[in-house]
Amino acid sequence: MCLTAKVLEEAGITTVIIGSALDIVEHCGAPRFVFNDLPLGNPLGKPLDRAMQRSSILTALSLATEANQAGSIILTGFRFSESEDWKANYARVDESNREELLRLGEENRKRRAMNNSAGVNRK
Amino acid sequence: MNTINYMQRTRDLYRAQGFDKDYVWAKTDDIPFSTLDKPLKDCTVAIVTTVVIEPEIPKQMRAAASYSFEELPDRPDTDELAWDKITTNTDDRQSYFPLEVLEALAAKGEIGGLAPRFHFVPTEYSQKNTLEKDAPAIAASCLEDKVDIALLVPL
Repeated sequence: MCLTAKVLEEAGITTVIIGSALDIVEHCGAPRFVFNDLPLGNPLGKPLDRAMQRSSILTALSLATEANQAGSIILTGFRFSESEDWKANYARVDESNREELLRLGEENRKRRAMNNSAGVNRK
Repeated sequence: MNTINYMQRTRDLYRAQGFDKDYVWAKTDDIPFSTLDKPLKDCTVAIVTTVVIEPEIPKQMRAAASYSFEELPDRPDTDELAWDKITTNTDDRQSYFPLEVLEALAAKGEIGGLAPRFHFVPTEYSQKNTLEKDAPAIAASCLEDKVDIALLVPL
């Protein structure tokens, strides 16, 4: 999304990214970013939490009007749950899934190779 | 606050899948910054999403596209996107697509309006495709729609 934001800004459009991957956005560099420390999948707020979702959007709109330099980041402070145990779940690699991950990678490479040889890709 | 290091997790995941080259994330040194020349109540707001609207198009063929809101499913298929499927769910579209809140703000006059189209940007491996094809296509559609603010909401 950072690259898309860059091109939109160059076209004169004010952008705000709302998301949950702080390290990636900090690395790539974004004009404005609202960070929700939530699991990937719910960048605006927890499912069915209308107040949290609305607040994230209002924060993004206020950042659009008030930020005065690129790289402006707001941390909303919202939490997914009391415990932070969920943070170990995404992309977990351990002995329980090591074989399955290798198999998925192998499938992925085969599919890509087939698509490439069949010309199924963007020109 | 202990935030997740997604770059390292992604590198570890791809290595575990047997890929021998690490993904290299884009880095923008000189970030462009466009400021508004009007108040929020006069601004047209657009939504940019990574949610796939036409899953029948093979992933490696997908390009950026602009859609009317009639084309937005109530429950888009999010299965192929990378999100935390252990911890949460995407059953509530409002948790990742800000349509209803923006409509309400427009109805109350707090924003000028919602742009007539929203925009899909594929989660592309190729930064060249994003920079040279997808993002310029979305920018052109936004300019046609006289968009002032784009909210970019990746899943």
